[in-house]
Amino acid sequence: MLPPVFGVLFDGIAYGMLLFVLSVGLSVTLGLMNFVNLAHCAFAMLGGYVTVILMRDLHWPFFATLPMAFCAAALLSIVVERILYRRLYRASDLDQVLLTIGLAFISVAIAAWFFGTQQQPITLPSYLHGSFNVMGLNIAAYRLFLIAIGIVVTVMLIVTVEHTRFGAQVRAAVDNQRMARGLGIDVDRTFAITFALGSGLAGLGGALAIEIVGLDPQFAFTYLVYVLIIVSVGGLGSIGGSFAAACLIGVSDIAGKYYAPQLGAFLIYLVMVAVLMWRPAGLFGRR
Amino acid sequence: MTDIPTVAPQLYLQSRSRWRPIEIVFWLATLLPFWLFPDYLSLASQIAVASLFALSLDLILGYAGVVSLGHAAFFGLGAYTAGLFSIYVWGEVFTGLIAGAAVAALVGYASSFIISRFRHLTLIMITLGLGLLLHEAANSAGWLTGGSDGLQGIEVWKVAGLFSFDLYGVTAYSYTLGVLFVVFLAARRLINSPFGLALRGIRENFVRMPAIGADSNSHIRKVYTISAALAGVAGALIAQTTQTVSLEALSFERSADVLVMLVLGGAGRLYGGLIGAAVFMIARDQFSGIAPQYWYFWIGILLVVVVMLLPNGILGGLSKIFARWSRR
Repeated sequence: MLPPVFGVLFDGIAYGMLLFVLSVGLSVTLGLMNFVNLAHCAFAMLGGYVTVILMRDLHWPFFATLPMAFCAAALLSIVVERILYRRLYRASDLDQVLLTIGLAFISVAIAAWFFGTQQQPITLPSYLHGSFNVMGLNIAAYRLFLIAIGIVVTVMLIVTVEHTRFGAQVRAAVDNQRMARGLGIDVDRTFAITFALGSGLAGLGGALAIEIVGLDPQFAFTYLVYVLIIVSVGGLGSIGGSFAAACLIGVSDIAGKYYAPQLGAFLIYLVMVAVLMWRPAGLFGRR
Repeated sequence: MTDIPTVAPQLYLQSRSRWRPIEIVFWLATLLPFWLFPDYLSLASQIAVASLFALSLDLILGYAGVVSLGHAAFFGLGAYTAGLFSIYVWGEVFTGLIAGAAVAALVGYASSFIISRFRHLTLIMITLGLGLLLHEAANSAGWLTGGSDGLQGIEVWKVAGLFSFDLYGVTAYSYTLGVLFVVFLAARRLINSPFGLALRGIRENFVRMPAIGADSNSHIRKVYTISAALAGVAGALIAQTTQTVSLEALSFERSADVLVMLVLGGAGRLYGGLIGAAVFMIARDQFSGIAPQYWYFWIGILLVVVVMLLPNGILGGLSKIFARWSRR
């Protein structure tokens, strides 16, 4: 029999995987372009609502909606990048923060307009329901599924970044953008693709998050805080850093809620401030 | 740049601190609500408080270039301190203001050692994190702050022993406007001093200032403490005039709102925060009457438009138009 601390660890890592899928796109785009995109979770929210509409109104199976959530967020991000973001790459942090907070506000209002402010529940397929018992641990099927998705996404990202031509271009651009341009890498195009992929992953994360944390118009802000914490703790542009930070924050959050509920969200903010005081560039950051 | 001064530094600073007619007109116009909109005086006093808060953010953001997403921390500290002061000590308002400012300044000074070490995204995240930490702390310490129910039972005495806070807000507006004016004078003096000039130098080039003999870190520590104290005064004012403090005073929304006000008016200009706060609060008052839940849609549109079309806010746009017009 395993002590309950393993149960907390399991739930924390499952939650961390969800946060990782939500935040990894932002980390890479921040590292690549230094573009502070506070509307990242608005794309996640879009993915969530796509899944809700497809499942509830069109009766699609849950798994078929996940790619659609990815594509919807990726497509919208390409449009937004073309029209708005592209003009602000060289602007100050403050302008980027303001523009993207503005977009997040707009997305919250639009979601409230179309869907109301209530939570949007979905009904999962039966095989993701329930839980099973392993050595005294209560393992929820959906959380196991989240961990599996998290690992698949991580492996795919690492393979893409480490072993493909595109990945090499991304790494070169993150390391030294001017040099990469000098070598003939089309950094703007690389960035647009990376941005779309990252937003798509956020959309996927939004769809996966419905079962765990629910979906309402405030999602774009509630989870923005978590995503920003993970990005800054993990270090900009680092996939491994985001992964480690997501696990750290996920476990801290669940452990905090389990062992010291009166502290509320205190613990994760404390972890973030402590890590940033110790290493201003994040755990795996280089700048 | 065409306005590089060729005069002696003292004369340059003196010429900047001279009062212009438009400024006198502005401050006379702030008295108009007493006669023109006597039904809106409580809104006017909220605008005065928001202006003061935006002015405090302007000192660090507009002048020293320190972007903060957690400035509500000091506003909330001032508000809770003034509220608790009136419950546990006495209800005299001016000492309450000083208490609020002192506590906010103390915390501001302590955190300024962290703030001055970082720039860019890390700085934004640290300010956000500290703000959220304080919000959670106030939420947890329900025995002191009343938690999510807010602080109840604030009773303040008459201002200077003569004027009690009435339903129409005559006293509230006079009081907040008076405090705003005094603080504004102090901020104006500060900005038009060599210290203010050094702050602008830090905003333009953080690394170069120490090389010409102005230690960036210690300047940022000083201005951050001052700014925290002013935000504390603003918070204390809202606690005294509304006689309640809720957790909302510490929230991220309040930090975001004040940022929007300042940028809307024009950061790095003394009147930017004042104009922005007035436009923002009046627009919110009008729009909330129509559809409160969609107010943030318009804020969002406003932000996108300001960033894309008016990079220096309303005042920046106006002064550009004015410059073009006067060149003709």
